[in-house]
Amino acid sequence: MRRSAIVTRVINPAALMAEVQSTEFGAVSMFAGTVRDTNDGRSVTAIDYTAYTSMAESELENILAEAEDRFGLMAIVVEHRVGALALGDVGVAIVAAHAHRAPALDCTRFVIEEIKKRVPIWKREHYADGAREWVDPTARGVATT
Amino acid sequence: MSTVTVQLFASYAESFGGPTLEISLDPGSTVGDLVHSIRSLPGAYALPESPRVAVNRRFASFDQVVEPRDEVALIPPVAGG
Repeated sequence: MRRSAIVTRVINPAALMAEVQSTEFGAVSMFAGTVRDTNDGRSVTAIDYTAYTSMAESELENILAEAEDRFGLMAIVVEHRVGALALGDVGVAIVAAHAHRAPALDCTRFVIEEIKKRVPIWKREHYADGAREWVDPTARGVATT
Repeated sequence: MSTVTVQLFASYAESFGGPTLEISLDPGSTVGDLVHSIRSLPGAYALPESPRVAVNRRFASFDQVVEPRDEVALIPPVAGG
């Protein structure tokens, strides 16, 4: 099974873990990206995520289909949140289940890296000095989760 | 000539001052032609050398032809995750 969604509500990683629960799987790997309080040395107070929702949903589904092909039969669920997030909130959660640990671990890494390359979602950070700026990972050559 | 509506998001929506652009194109024009036209507009300073463009919710190459009813979007550097 696979499921992906862009959501405006709080993401509950435990619920995603329960969704893939099955005795056929010996490994469940979960990645959660959370809102951090600093970025590039600046104090961050909150962030907004916005998306080109229809394309983001389509790209997420494409990534999961590719992951299924690459890592073999498994269960995988991804949710990415949009809207206003506070420090510590979960922005994205990926849960992959497989009979064995290596494909489950590798799959979560694959999915988050692909999300960062090609899913049209944007992040605006709010800083302690009152400024708000869109994050451009290409400007400094590194991703920012 | 036909008019194509280009969707804008995030930093591009701010630099161009709105959520869409209306761009006139000759029949047979490509994504590259579209980007060339957009570069003449105020706000284009925000565009990188090769901005990403989506046509019908898929990333498109610069040689892809743009049809009048295509859903076209200019995609700023993504920052999900």
